[in-house]
Amino acid sequence: MDCKNEAACGEVAFTGNVTPILNEIKHALNSLIETGESTTIDLRAMPMAPGEMQQIESLLGTGEVTATINAMGSSTVNESLYAGVWLVTHRNTDDEILGKFIEITRIPSILESQTEDMRGALEALPDLLAENC
Amino acid sequence: MADDRTLAEMLRAQGITRRGFLKFCATTASMMALSPAMVPKIAAALENARRPSVIWLSFQECTGCTESLTRSHSPTIEKLIFDVISLDHHHTLMAASGEAVDEALNEAMEENFGKYILIVDGSIPVGNPAYSTVSGISNLDMLKHAAEGAAAIVSVGTCAAYGGLPYASPNPTGAASVEDIIKDKPIINVPGCPPIPVVITGVLAQFLTFGKIPELDSLGRPMAFYGQNIHDRCYRRPFYERGQFAETFDDEGAKKGWCLFKLGCKGPITYNACATTKWNEGTSWPVESGHGCLGCSQPNFWDMGGFYRALSMPTVDLANKAGIGLAAGAAIGVAAGALNRGKKAKAVREHETVTVDDLEKGA
Repeated sequence: MDCKNEAACGEVAFTGNVTPILNEIKHALNSLIETGESTTIDLRAMPMAPGEMQQIESLLGTGEVTATINAMGSSTVNESLYAGVWLVTHRNTDDEILGKFIEITRIPSILESQTEDMRGALEALPDLLAENC
Repeated sequence: MADDRTLAEMLRAQGITRRGFLKFCATTASMMALSPAMVPKIAAALENARRPSVIWLSFQECTGCTESLTRSHSPTIEKLIFDVISLDHHHTLMAASGEAVDEALNEAMEENFGKYILIVDGSIPVGNPAYSTVSGISNLDMLKHAAEGAAAIVSVGTCAAYGGLPYASPNPTGAASVEDIIKDKPIINVPGCPPIPVVITGVLAQFLTFGKIPELDSLGRPMAFYGQNIHDRCYRRPFYERGQFAETFDDEGAKKGWCLFKLGCKGPITYNACATTKWNEGTSWPVESGHGCLGCSQPNFWDMGGFYRALSMPTVDLANKAGIGLAAGAAIGVAAGALNRGKKAKAVREHETVTVDDLEKGA
């Protein structure tokens, strides 16, 4: 656990929220497999003692997929050691964390190309062709 | 000033992709303390939202609320000001000065009459309006005038919401809150000394998204941010349950991170988002830093008997009288309790009549 302040961390200053979150992930993963329904958990909405967020990240670990998105600041998308359980972290252009989410899904929607963006790309491609072909 | 484009159109014009927009919506939902399942609805609403004109008036205040907002990182103040809202008038932040400021205010009010959001920080002196004026106009007159064309009013900070520090006994300026004066407009109270920056921006984003004021509690605060009790959400709560308290700021209990109730923490009676949203980019919050909650989002928090007095303690020293009561048995104890209440009421009365002259005599 990463704790630099003894007074803040205390001896056993845990909210006890790590286990419920892991249980929620388990139920959500079962739901994803059975019904295809995705779940997103907003980690900022949960009371966390110093070190508990790191504990969750450490327990889930880093799996096979890591992606970085550059859109209004960077976002990192990591699949955990548990398939279908993703940690999504959004940052602003100053690299400050805006939000942290655990997504239980086949692929986080932020990774998918968006229709509006693809339309824009389709409009831009003729210019590319005209300039280079 | 006037811009009829929707928010989505403005973002696209700036080269923001749909993916970036969805990221904005996801973090906005988190900021508004809404379920992630609401993101598609927020995206749909924001797609067609038009940025509202915002007029910000500062009265009897310390500028702490503006300081708090300008350090908001979610979204950045630049994004908030230029993309989401049109901040047409702000005494402290606007570059203009003198008559140009008054013109900007009048222009924004006329152009957006009935549609603008009026943000107020600071209380309003009604005892003697001359205590605080802007361009020779009293705060009271300026508030009444600006409120006429407002779609809604947001009282930012405890001073605007409940009177705050200027209202503290003996309230020398006759400070009043916005809702004490304006009775015919929807008012959202965003108290705190100062409020958490993302709560200020979150309330604005919520209004922008849904086009109406959010659900409020009995003190006029948005439930999304003030619906939770600090004590209930505090990570030190398990120590309270076990009776493990810090007795001083440097004892073993303090070092071990035990509950700060006995050091005056007002968490049990305070409703705010500090325990989860935290401060300084989510780094920490007062209790995590080793200091009890001051209860700054509650009315009259300056007059709650002292920041370092436990909530369970009487507000005056009654050790001798109470000691007699305890020694003489339960019946007399009840009598001492009544005496305590009488003495407390007397102390409160005396405190309210303190004048500057009295203070000078005592010095």
